[in-house]
Amino acid sequence: MTLLTEKRTPRARNETRKIRGKVHLREHLMGWLFVGPFGVVFLAFLIAPLAYALYLSLFQKKLIGGTSFVLFDNYVKAFTDPSFLSGAWFVIRFSLVAIPLQIVIALTMALILDAVTNLFARFSRLMIFLPYAIPTVIGAVMWGFLYSKGFGPLTDIFGLFGASAPDFLSSNLIFYGLLNIVTWQWAGYYMIILYAALQGVDPTLYEAARMDGAGRWQIALRIKIPLIAPALILILVFSLIGTLQFFNEPQILRYLAAGTIGADFTPNMYAYQQAFSLANFNYGSAISFALGGVVFICVYAFLFFTRKRRSFL
Amino acid sequence: MKRRRILATVAMLAAGSALVACSSDEGGSDASNCTNTITKQNLPVVTMWGWYPNTQLVVDNFNKQNDEVQVCWTNVGQGSDEYDKFQTAISAGTGAPDVIMVEMDRIPTFQIQGALVDIRKYGFDAVKANYGEGAWKDVSVGDAIYGVPVDGGPVGMIYRKDIFDKYAITPPKTWAEYEQAAQKVKDAGGPLFGDLGANVPALTMALQIQKGATPFTYDPAQPKSIGVKLNDQASKDVLDYWGGLARKGLVGTQDQFTPEYISGVINGNYATYISAAWAPGYLTGAGVGKGQDTGKFAVAPLPQWDPSNPVQVNWGGSAFSVTKQAKKPELAAKVAYGLYADNESLTDGWTNQIIFPLNLTALNDPKFVDLKVAFFNGQQANKEVYVPAANAYKGVAYSPFGQYYLDAMTKQVSEIIKGSVSGSQAADRLQEDVAKYAKEQGFTVQ
Repeated sequence: MTLLTEKRTPRARNETRKIRGKVHLREHLMGWLFVGPFGVVFLAFLIAPLAYALYLSLFQKKLIGGTSFVLFDNYVKAFTDPSFLSGAWFVIRFSLVAIPLQIVIALTMALILDAVTNLFARFSRLMIFLPYAIPTVIGAVMWGFLYSKGFGPLTDIFGLFGASAPDFLSSNLIFYGLLNIVTWQWAGYYMIILYAALQGVDPTLYEAARMDGAGRWQIALRIKIPLIAPALILILVFSLIGTLQFFNEPQILRYLAAGTIGADFTPNMYAYQQAFSLANFNYGSAISFALGGVVFICVYAFLFFTRKRRSFL
Repeated sequence: MKRRRILATVAMLAAGSALVACSSDEGGSDASNCTNTITKQNLPVVTMWGWYPNTQLVVDNFNKQNDEVQVCWTNVGQGSDEYDKFQTAISAGTGAPDVIMVEMDRIPTFQIQGALVDIRKYGFDAVKANYGEGAWKDVSVGDAIYGVPVDGGPVGMIYRKDIFDKYAITPPKTWAEYEQAAQKVKDAGGPLFGDLGANVPALTMALQIQKGATPFTYDPAQPKSIGVKLNDQASKDVLDYWGGLARKGLVGTQDQFTPEYISGVINGNYATYISAAWAPGYLTGAGVGKGQDTGKFAVAPLPQWDPSNPVQVNWGGSAFSVTKQAKKPELAAKVAYGLYADNESLTDGWTNQIIFPLNLTALNDPKFVDLKVAFFNGQQANKEVYVPAANAYKGVAYSPFGQYYLDAMTKQVSEIIKGSVSGSQAADRLQEDVAKYAKEQGFTVQ
C-alpha cells in the first residue's frame, strides 16, 4: 500500500497542481474582471489627472516668454504667497471651530434619537438628514437669500424686536455665516453615521449596565460613546478633509458678496481662480498639490494621535 | 464641500464623454446647443457667445436676413463668467465659439494669448465707414483689428428724481457738490446717496482715469514692456474720496448687479447710481423702473473734479471678436460684422437703452439723439448726457492682464470697505501687487 501511494502521489500532486493552476488562473481572471471597471475609472479619473496636474505644476507659463520647466518653484512660491497662506489659515481656523461644532451636534442628535423611539423621532431623523439631500450649491444659494438684508427673513425677525439684522455676508460675520451653512448641511449626515453605529451596539450591554445601576447619562457617556468611537473618528476625518477643501459655499456666495469673499478666500478657490480665470494652470496645479500636502499632514497627524482607535482603517 | 463636488464632476465627465461620443467632431462648434432656433437648415453654422439682454432678437434678425450662414447663439454668462469659460477653452485648444462678445478692455488679454483673429482682411473696408475712428482704435492692436465695435459705455449719473425733489437737491456738477448733497440727504434722514461696489473695479478704474490717472501705458509694438501706474496722486485721491464717503456712511458698500443691490435700487435705497449708458437695459431687465418706481429715474452728466476742464469716461463697451478656434474665420468674420449692425437690431438696442451704439448709422440718427427715453421718464438722455460724453471720451490703453488687475482691484476696494486700509494705502498695495504680477508674467515694468 505504502509503495503504491508513494508512486501515485506525485502524479496526483501534479494533476492537482494543474487543476489548481487552472482554478487560480480563472480566479485571477474573475478577480481582475470584477476589479477592472473600477480600476479603469480609478486610473482614468483619479490617477491620470493627478499625474497630469503634478506634471503641470512643475512648469511655469508666462504671458511673455512662454512655458519653461521650473521644478519646484511654484511650490516655493505657494508657500510664500500671502493669498495661499491666508486662505490656508482661514480653512484651518474654520476647521477648528466647524468640526467640533458639527460633531457635538451630530452626536447629541444621534444619542437622543437612539434613546427615543417613537414616530416623532423617526420624523426628526429624516428632517435632520434632509439638508444633506439638498445639493451644496443650492443650499448655499438658499442661505445667501436668507441672509439677504433686502428681502431675507432676518430683517423682519429682528425688526420685530426693534433691532437691525446682522449681515452674515459682511466681512465681520462671514465666518459665522459659512459656519452655519456648513453645519446645517453636514451635521445631519454625520448624525446618520453615528446613529447607524449606535444601532450596531449590542443592546444586552445596556441591560447589563442598567443592572449595575447605570443611568441614562452614564450609559450614553461610558458605553455608547466609547463603543462608537471608530465612527466618530471616521466622521472627524471626513469633515477634516472636507473643510480643508472648502470650495462650493464660498464660491457660490461670492456672487452675492464679492467684496467679502475674494477670489483667494480658500486655497481651493485660489487654485480655481489661477487655473480658470487667469489661465495659470501650472500655478493652480501647484496650489492644489500644496493643499493636498496640507490635508495629508493634517489627517496623518490626527490619525497618529488617535491611533488606538483607528480600527476602521 | 468637496466630496459631493467630486461625485458631480465624475458624473459630468461621464455624461460629457458620452456626449462627445455621440456628436460628430465639429471642434467645439456644437450646433445642437443653440439657445435660438435655426430655421434655415443646411446652411453653415457659426457659433456665438454673448450676453446682451436682446441677443435673441439680434440673432434672429441676422439669421432671417442671411442666406449664407446661420448663427447659433449661447449665453454662457455675463462678464467674467464668460471670460473664464473662454480662457479655459483657449488653454484647452478646443471648446471656444467662433464669434465671441468681449468688452473692449479684455481684447488685449485675449489677443496677447493669440486667441483672436485679425479680421482686417475679411471685409473691414466695406464696414470701415460705419464706425468712428475712436471705436476702431479700441478694438485694434497696432494695425490689426480684433473685434467689431458694438456698444460704448459713456458714464453718467443716474439719479432718483423723487429723492432729489424730496430733499431739494439739484444734480451735483462736481464731486465736492456730490459729497455735500450726500451729507445733506443723510442729515435729513434720507437714503444712501450712492454705492461703492467692490465688484465693479472697471468703474472704479474709469473714475480714477477721470481724475487724470493713466493706469497702464502699453504699446503693442513693444509687447514686453508695460507701464503700470496705479498709485499716482489721482488714483489715490479717487479711492480716498470714495473710501471717505463710505466711512461717513454717505454711500453704501453693496456689491452691484446682485439681487440685493437691484432690490435696493428698486426700493429707492440709493439716490444716485454712477453707471454707464447701458445700465438702464440691465436695470429694466431686473425689474427696475417698473411698478412703483416707474418714471422716477433721471440722468445727469458725471460730476467733475474740475468743472472748467471736464473729463468723460467709459465703462464697459463691447465688440464681437472672431476666435482662433473658428473653423471658417471668413464666415465667422461675416457674422461678427453683421451682428447688431442691421437697423432693426440697433433700433431695439437704443430704444430700450440696452446698448449705446457705436454704429454711426445709429449714432448720427436724429431719432436716436433726440430720443425721449422711457426709463428716464421721457428725458432726452442721449442728447443731454450720453452723446456729449461719448464724443468727449478720449480712449484708454488697457493691460494684457485685465482679469488679474480687476481681481486685485476688487480685493483692495473690499479692504477699503472693511476699513482696514485707506484709499491711498490700497492704491499702493495695488501697485505693488500688479507690478509684481506683471514681472512674473515676463513683462518689463516701467
